[in-house]
This record gives sequence, C-alpha cells and structure tokens, in this order.
Amino acid sequence: MHDTKIKPDNEVDRHTLTVLVDNEAGVLARVVGLFSGRGYNIESLTVAEVDPMARTSRITIVTSGTMHVIEQIEQQLKRLVPTHKVTNWTDTREGAKAGIEREMALVKVAGTGEKRVEALRMADAFRARPVDTTHSSFVFEITGTPGKIDSFVDLMRPLGLVDVSRTGVAAISRGPEAM
Amino acid sequence: MDKDDTLTLGAGQAAAETMTGAQMVIRALKDQGVTHIFGYPGGAVLPIYDALFKVEGITHVLVRHEQGAVHAAEGYARSTGKPGVVLVTSGPGATNAVTGLTDALMDSIPLVVLTGQVPTHLIGTDAFQECDTVGITRPCTKNNWLVKDVNNLARTLHEAFEIATTGRPGPVVVDIPKDVQFQTGGYHGPHAIHHRTWRPKTDPDLSSIVKAVEMMAAAKKPIIYSGGGIINSGPEASRLLRELVDLTGFPITSTLMGLGAFPASRPEWLGLVGMHGTWEANHAMHDCDLMINLGARFDDRVTGKVSAFSPGSKKIHLDIDPSQINKIVRVDLGIVGDAAKSLREMIRFWKTQKHQVQSAALKDWWKQIDKWREKKSLNYRNSDSIIKPQYAIDRLYELTKHRGDVYVTTEVGQHQMWAAQRFHFQEPNRWMTSGGLGTMGYGLPAAVGVQMAHPNALVIDIAGEASVQMTMQEMSTAMQYDLPIKIFILNNEYMGMVRQWQEILHGKRYSHSYSEALPDFVKMAEAFGCVGLRATKPSELDAKIQEMIAVKKPVLFDVRVDPAENCYPMIPSGGAHNEMLLSPDDGGEISDAGKMLV
Repeated sequence: MHDTKIKPDNEVDRHTLTVLVDNEAGVLARVVGLFSGRGYNIESLTVAEVDPMARTSRITIVTSGTMHVIEQIEQQLKRLVPTHKVTNWTDTREGAKAGIEREMALVKVAGTGEKRVEALRMADAFRARPVDTTHSSFVFEITGTPGKIDSFVDLMRPLGLVDVSRTGVAAISRGPEAM
Repeated sequence: MDKDDTLTLGAGQAAAETMTGAQMVIRALKDQGVTHIFGYPGGAVLPIYDALFKVEGITHVLVRHEQGAVHAAEGYARSTGKPGVVLVTSGPGATNAVTGLTDALMDSIPLVVLTGQVPTHLIGTDAFQECDTVGITRPCTKNNWLVKDVNNLARTLHEAFEIATTGRPGPVVVDIPKDVQFQTGGYHGPHAIHHRTWRPKTDPDLSSIVKAVEMMAAAKKPIIYSGGGIINSGPEASRLLRELVDLTGFPITSTLMGLGAFPASRPEWLGLVGMHGTWEANHAMHDCDLMINLGARFDDRVTGKVSAFSPGSKKIHLDIDPSQINKIVRVDLGIVGDAAKSLREMIRFWKTQKHQVQSAALKDWWKQIDKWREKKSLNYRNSDSIIKPQYAIDRLYELTKHRGDVYVTTEVGQHQMWAAQRFHFQEPNRWMTSGGLGTMGYGLPAAVGVQMAHPNALVIDIAGEASVQMTMQEMSTAMQYDLPIKIFILNNEYMGMVRQWQEILHGKRYSHSYSEALPDFVKMAEAFGCVGLRATKPSELDAKIQEMIAVKKPVLFDVRVDPAENCYPMIPSGGAHNEMLLSPDDGGEISDAGKMLV
C-alpha cells in the first residue's frame, strides 16, 4: 500500500513526453496553455503534422518535475479532447517504453586564425558538419541527444559562438512498435 | 407547426439536408432535445436569432447580462440533469460569459455555449465586437471550436453536446462567424456523429471493485465521503449510494457539491465536511481507517492541511476523471468510472461475495461518532431582539420542509455555508451552489434557470446582500417570464465572509468589506415590479416567510440579520480536521503558512 500522502518528493527529473493529437486549429495552444495554466515547465517543444491522412500531429515536450507532477502532466494531457495518446520516454515505471531522443541544432561560430581551426576540429569530433562557411564564420549542423548538443555549444563558446538555433527534441520508441 | 419547414425534425434521414448555418444551429438544438436556451442577442448572432424567431418548441430566455445567461443555464442543467444551452453574441457577449464558463468547468456542469463571431474575413482585424473567443475560453471550457466552414457546423454542434455531457461533464463553446450563419451547407443529424477520439471510460475495472468491497468489509472505522460526481452521474447513482449505506451502515458525509445525494434525515448522515463542516464529519474523516471517496476531488476546502489529512486511513477514490486520482492525496485504490455503474458493481460484489461488515468495530465507531455529535457543532446563541442568520435559515427550512418541490440556489459567502449546514436536502438536484469557483452573483440567475425548468416548484435563492447586487438585474428576467423566484437575502451589510476572515486573520481591520450605501431592497423589488419584504425582528420572520412563499411573483426578501455573526464551525486555513474552531471563544492561532492560503 502507498503512503497516505503524496511524498514531498523534491527530486525533480527531466522527462520527454510525446502527445499525439488531432491536427486541428488551436491544438498547440491547448497543450501549451495547459502547461502555463497549471504551472508546469516546458524546456523544449517540437511539433509537426506526422500523418496527413489521419490529420494527426506529434508534439514532443521536454519538461521537468517530481514524479507526482509528471504523472499529473500526463493525466492532464490525456484529458484534452483532441489527444489520442501520451507517452513518457523517460519513464522508469514498470512496462514503460524505451525511446530514442534526438535534437538538431544550427550553431554559428565567428572567428579567424587558431580559434577558427579549433572550432572546425571540434565540430569534426562531434560529427557536426558546416552548412555555411565564410572566411570569418561557420554554421554547423549537429544532431544528437540534447546533452551532446549542450556539450558542443559549451565548447564553441570560447571559440566565437554567436548564435544557436535548436529544434527541440524528437522522440520515438525502440523496437518494431509505434508509440 | 414550425413556420420554417427546414427547422422541423427529420428523423433518420441519412442524406444531408441543405440549409443555412443559422438554421442548422436551431435544427441541431431541436435534434438534441433542447427546449430552453438562455441568451442575449447582438450583431454577430442575428441570423441565429432570426432562425429562432421562426421556430416553435424552443423557449428563449432573454437575460439582462450574459453572465446571467450562463448561470441560469447552470441552474437549469443542475436541476434537470440536461445540458444548459446559451446563445450570446461576439466580443462582450462572449467575454461576459467567461465567469459562468469557468464556474461550470470547476463544478463539472454540462453547458453548450454558442457565441457569434465577426465574419471570417474580418477575424484578426480588430473588427467591431471582435474578440478571440476560442483563445479566451480555451482554459475555461472542456473544449471549444471556431467553425469556419458551414459544412463542419452540424458535426461540431453535435460533438459539442457529446463532449459537454459525457465523461466528466463540463462547458463547451462553439464560436460561429456571422458569414457561416448565412452560408448554406449540408446538415446531418446527431445519429452516427461521434467525436473521432473522445471515448471517456465509464465502466470501472472489476478487479478494483472487488478490492474496494474487500477493503470495505475489513474496515473498522469507515466513512463514505461523497461528492458532486454522484449528482452528475444522475439520480440512479444517488439511489445506489443509499443502497450501499443500507447494506453497510457506514457513516456518510458529503462535499458542498454532493448535498442531496444522500438524505440528510437519515441517521448515517454526518452533515457537511470541510472548512465549515460539522464536528462529527471532520473528526470521522480524520480518525477513520477507510475513506471511501465517491465522486469528490479532495478539494482544499475539504482537506484543510493536506499533510495532516486523515493520516491513519486507507483511501479509495472513485472518479470518472483519471486526472483526479492521486492529484492532491495519494490513495490506496483508484477506480476510474461512472458513479452509478461503479456503485452498482460494488453492491453486486458485496452481495454475491456475501461480505459482512465488522459489526462490533462498527458499533464502537458509531459510539465514537455519537460522542462527536454531542458537541452539537452547529449550535449558536439565538436572540430575541436581532435575527441571527442561522435562525433565519432554520425557519426557512422548517416552513418549507413539508413540501417536496423545494430547490435552493445560493450566492457565495457566509450565507452559503449556513445554508449548506442547516438547509437539509433529501433528494439530488435540489441544491445549486457555486462550489469550485465561488462566484458571487451565481444564485439569482441560477434560480431563474431552475424555475424555468420547474415552473411550479418553490425556488429560493439564499443570498447575501453583497453577492445579490452582482447580478440583481436578472430580477427583470424573472418578471418577464413570470418566474416566482424567492430571493432570501441575509442582509448583514458586510461582505460577511470577508469580514469574518478580517476579524480572525487581520486584526479586525475591516478593510472595504462594509457596504455603506446599500439600496433599499424593498423599493428595488417594487421598481422591478416584484414584491419586496423586510424583516428586522425574529418575531416577524415566520409570517414574512409564509408571505414570501404565498406570493406568486418574484420576491426580494430583505432579512436584516446580526452583522457581527460568524460562521462556525470553522477549520482555520492551514488547519487539520481535528483543529476546528467552534465559536469565537476558541480563539485559535493561525500560522503564517495558513494566512497565505485563501
């Protein structure tokens, strides 16, 4: 049996949730409004239509909270009328699905001389590829886990980092099944 | 016969019929069995009002403010179990409906609110009486739609009814631009229209039902804590709740929203639970070993301090909305399902598995409860010279309890709590009060809606003089439709609950809670064409109440009560169920954390 009260469990964890919704007007506002209205965090958000025939969109949200808060977020998302399905990819509960998370970023670095060479060398080590090059700048495209992108951006900072654009996380389950 | 043939019912027609958007709205309402709508016309809904003009079988109630329309529809819905329907215009018509929508969302009241919108080509241009209705109402509805294509209108309207009334009920908004109302398109009836994804779970898992009855059979100190979910499920749930208590003999308390589901006259009834609940109900909740929550949501007005809430009990929580399970209080067994269906299964398993209660332990539990009852926590010191508000409600109840047709609405504040404590209900759907949102001004328009649904019933709004002024203009609506609602005002010249909290929490600094310029309610009643009554002495109260009931017109009854009276018992904010104040003499220190709470 559980403890009577919800534990004052202050352990805040980062969770990646995917919400499959009807692609109808205002559906993103409904999801985002739920987060702001109930005081939940959004660390990143990725959304696009994934099945034009079924008119469904897939929203992937990285959020953080205690397990109690995360459970509430899942339940509140399921309660929205246009929601088909909610999956938590950072779930340690029994029967949870394992997922793969990837994010893409465009990272602009400006500089000349030694720093410029060093930036290119680092990019190579991270399998980031230059997609725009001038004599004084690079734009690198990098794909990986959010943590990998964080590391890359941190390394670029002293080498002339001027701009970063990140897509937010896309997630999918491992194995043959859908979400 | 309808003057407009396209508006008559065409049962079972599979092919789309061609009509205008405005005609579709009226036709959909008829196909949904709607007989009453509450509304207020304006530029962006004129085509719908024009279609309404040509139809029979739908009574439109013209309110004086759109907030009144929504509350009236709530009163109608809560007293009938049918969805309430509202029709208002764009812009201010829609924004004025927002308070009522939020109220209905908090209290799970099924409403279908139709709003006019500026024509589609003007949306986004800051047009006259334009507002982002779906944007504004998104967080205060269960779902909402902006219909930009007339061919989607019929489907959307029928889906709107489906979503408002199934699963956990709630308000929905359909926003209809004026050009869509004029356009012609295909109409389909409600048959075969279902939302693509909306499939609320109403059948409980039988394994959890089995577990629940086992826990009930093992309980030594059980209590049933029932809520608005029983009322919303329909009268069958209330009947089954009674049967469950018959079978088990368990004590039962209820939230504000659940009053009437179980008859207050029965010995198992402990009275209201929570901040202003009875001594016995709150102590039984605190000390029980099994709490059976049936359709309530562990609201902060019920739990008090959550960390000290019923610390020794196992808890069962039945709710139709999965998000309510473990939201506030972690429970041992959550059951997701409709109240009536779940109760029916509980009773069936209790009987077929031949469960018995722990009768010796239960007897001891009842002995303890009887001791708590001896506190007589609702007692108050009466007076010969001044009307005590409690006395006024007691007399109102005594003089009406023989009737089977009494419906009570309230405003919000002290009078509401006194009514909940002292006006006893035997049946569901007789008590309409703003629970979750606490909307002052709810009761008068709600009474209009209730009386509209029950023309011959005695409908009383137990009011405060502050609340009632917020929607007073609806007296005019009551006059227009010959609705003999009785507005029973406990006039203490203060916002009484605000004054009470200022007395207890803010060193008796009564900052802006006194109304220095009250209207003469008797003259005001006369100005509306209603009947005004006033009582200032306890001795004249009975005769005036009798007069109020006898008059076949709307009545404003100004009952001048003791302005200093406080509502007890009270769990001070931040307190636990066993830390109740019974009277001002209890003093009671309120922690700084408690002062932060509302």
